[in-house]
Amino acid sequence: MQKKNYTLYIGVLLVGLLFLMMIVSLFWTPFGPNQMNTSIALQAPSWAHPFGTDNFGRDIFSRILEGSKTAFFVGFSSIIIALTFGLIIGSIAGYFGGVIDEVLMRIIDAILAIPGILFAIMLIAVFNTGIQNTILALGIMGVPTFSRVIRSGFIQVKEFDFIKSSKAKGAGSFRIIFKHILPNIRSEITVASTLFFSGAILAESGLSYLGLGVQPPDPSWGRMLSEAQIYMTNAPWYIGITGIFIVLLVLGFNMLGDGIRDKNDKKN
Amino acid sequence: MKFLLKKFFSFIATIFIVSLTIFFIFNVLPGNPAHAILGIDADNQQIKLFEEDLGLDKPLHLRYIDWITGVAQGDLGESYKYRQPVEDVMQDRIPVSFSLAIIALLLTVVIGVPLGILIARTDGKWYSTVLSMITQLGISTPSFWLGFILILIFAVKLGLFPTYGFVPWSESFFGALRSYFLPALAIAISNIAIVIRYLRNSILDQSKQDYVRTAKVKGLGTSEIMYGHVLKNAFLPVLTILGLITADTLGGSIIIENVFALPGLGNLLVASIESRDFPLIQSLILIISLIIIVANFIVDLLYRVIDPRIRI
Amino acid sequence: MGNSLLEVNNLDVSFKIGKKTYPALEDITFKINENTIVGVVGESGSGKSLTAQSILGILPTNTEVEGSIKLENDELINKSMKDWKKLRSNEVSLIFQEPMTSLNPLMKVGKQISEILKKHTNDSKEQRYKKTIKIMNEVGLKRSENLYHSYPHELSGGMRQRIVIAMAIINNPKLIIADEPTTALDVTIQAQILNLLKSIVKKRNGAMLFISHDWGVISQVCDYVLVMYAGQIVEQGLIENLLNNPQHPYTRGLIKAIPDFRKRGEALYSIPLRVPALTERNKGEWPYIKITKENAQCAAEIFPEITKEGTKE
Repeated sequence: MQKKNYTLYIGVLLVGLLFLMMIVSLFWTPFGPNQMNTSIALQAPSWAHPFGTDNFGRDIFSRILEGSKTAFFVGFSSIIIALTFGLIIGSIAGYFGGVIDEVLMRIIDAILAIPGILFAIMLIAVFNTGIQNTILALGIMGVPTFSRVIRSGFIQVKEFDFIKSSKAKGAGSFRIIFKHILPNIRSEITVASTLFFSGAILAESGLSYLGLGVQPPDPSWGRMLSEAQIYMTNAPWYIGITGIFIVLLVLGFNMLGDGIRDKNDKKN
Repeated sequence: MKFLLKKFFSFIATIFIVSLTIFFIFNVLPGNPAHAILGIDADNQQIKLFEEDLGLDKPLHLRYIDWITGVAQGDLGESYKYRQPVEDVMQDRIPVSFSLAIIALLLTVVIGVPLGILIARTDGKWYSTVLSMITQLGISTPSFWLGFILILIFAVKLGLFPTYGFVPWSESFFGALRSYFLPALAIAISNIAIVIRYLRNSILDQSKQDYVRTAKVKGLGTSEIMYGHVLKNAFLPVLTILGLITADTLGGSIIIENVFALPGLGNLLVASIESRDFPLIQSLILIISLIIIVANFIVDLLYRVIDPRIRI
Repeated sequence: MGNSLLEVNNLDVSFKIGKKTYPALEDITFKINENTIVGVVGESGSGKSLTAQSILGILPTNTEVEGSIKLENDELINKSMKDWKKLRSNEVSLIFQEPMTSLNPLMKVGKQISEILKKHTNDSKEQRYKKTIKIMNEVGLKRSENLYHSYPHELSGGMRQRIVIAMAIINNPKLIIADEPTTALDVTIQAQILNLLKSIVKKRNGAMLFISHDWGVISQVCDYVLVMYAGQIVEQGLIENLLNNPQHPYTRGLIKAIPDFRKRGEALYSIPLRVPALTERNKGEWPYIKITKENAQCAAEIFPEITKEGTKE
């Protein structure tokens, strides 16, 4: 009767493999990612260069390994920002309710009308480009979503009897929030973070492609795509392979998120 | 009437909050906007002139009121780079982005809805898992990369569409259609995948409802039940994500216009960020957001037309 | 009593779940005569609704059916989908328990009734409208012309159930199955609906299979009763005989559990056995009760066959 949760397995597998790849790249890449050799520019995949070489003769495989660091770094850092602010706003709205909740949620809902990528672009326009500002922009882009998830988790959990009883026993708000409510909405936060991760990677690649995100010399898959675009017809593998890695990472996190959600739904 | 009034009120409130947010980001976050635009090397005399020129020496709340009343009257300020009114800079660009978005939305509906129904009907078969994987893939693929792949396949290999280069409607209808088709498809694919997933789940959910059993007992066949009863009910939740899809389409078009070199608002936006043309960026973002807010409002009203349970 | 209309013989229905099959109905045999209301009574899980679904051919897809169901000597088992469609609402129709959810919320109720005529007759649009209004009046709805254009959420529970009844009788089916038709309604409305159903059967010379867990309701409308437990008919007979002289201990237990104002103040009796879930049923071991120390005695009292074969763990 019970269907196997393939979504979760595939998600774990994809994210696990790419994470492993990222760890490897910290210590080793087959070639220096910025090592140029114009005599072997735009070579098709071979044993020496499994993903071929780019217009400067750099090894694409090494650059993709290098780029995975940026993808994970940007993803995790922007989650930390989004989660921190989301926790503050969501907790306040969900815990206190009433007018505060009403006002905060109105603002959040309104801001959600602006598409995430547009919001990020707007912040980049003000902050200027670069990896830190990209992270900051993506982090702020995620705040409304996290605030909503955490708020609705709070509202559900708040009505549980054990919370009411610890309130009656005189436990402080701070203690209730951190000791009782947050552990109970862990799974919602996990799902939201996983799905946000994939959204952040998509947005980062888009911004970097436009030249508004990560700047050289920091490696980035999106940036690589904008370089690869020029050589699309004579080196299609460059654009193909780079894009596939973005897709795999985003797909991995999407499936991981959906899989975790399915698992939680079944439990409840 | 109460329903309409409430919806209208929240519509206005949303516009207010969004415009305030945008204003705040552009006028408070950068510290001194003059510095941000002129660069740190600008001397005090330059800055003072610049501030007076753009009315930046007034207090914040007055500047917001100036800006928003201007916008309401169709005056979006002056582009710093082009040295002409923002609305003039945008004029030729709006039809391009608008056409792209409309075609992308049409493709989303025309392809997404039938596929969603089809896939719902395959539920339980071994390949329904495969189909669901494919939709996952569609959601996870960056639209601009899809744009490249579409160019490679349809323009470079098959020669069916122009690679770059843009033909306006006024020049040739089919030429324009051809130059819009691939970029619109690139934007639409992930939304098609979303529509398929939503519609499929919604149809499967509705198929378990009691009224479907009633229809069966009436002697209706599977198709009659699907098209006569289930589908309309199944569309309601899909309608709620239509606003989201519109937002996604407009957001996606910003990047896609740069991939296909379409002279639309997204293209202008990226160019104006490079030249730090704040008045232009600020207005562009406001306009795009306003379109989405209006789309959401229309979806709300549509919902009310389709579902008799939420009438006034 | 008239001629026999429906004959069910040795009907078995089992569910396939994974690689195992579980018996849901076993050896169901009964018949319904014209002009008769036959009641089916039992606890939830006893197979009442499944019996009804078998007669309408709307069983879930993971079921296997054996035995025979004959409607006017026409075998229904293994009928093609096309024949079933013709049969439903023309020969057999169904009134559901939940009038709140058994109507399509986005379609005008009049259209939901006339849709049946559109499917099964060649009537013109005008004829269909007239017939619909007529049937709506017949089930006691007032201002039918206005109601025709209403949506389900605009009607009360009782009105909705009348719409459902109208849908069930508009094509003059020979057999109407009513699956707990009054459970979701207020007591006062319940009585009105029961009277309506009774008068419909009488006026149309029809027959009805009336499913309920409520003896009070069953005794008000039914002529004949089947008592079911865990997929089998424990006992059947005329209502007076069953009420006054039940043979099976389980029937006696059910009757004892009827609330009665004469027993006011006493604790309400309930049978201390739970109907075993489908997955707890293994073929050939009816009544599938898992004997424990606590329930051994009463299980043996209610189902004498358990002691005959020796208790099973």
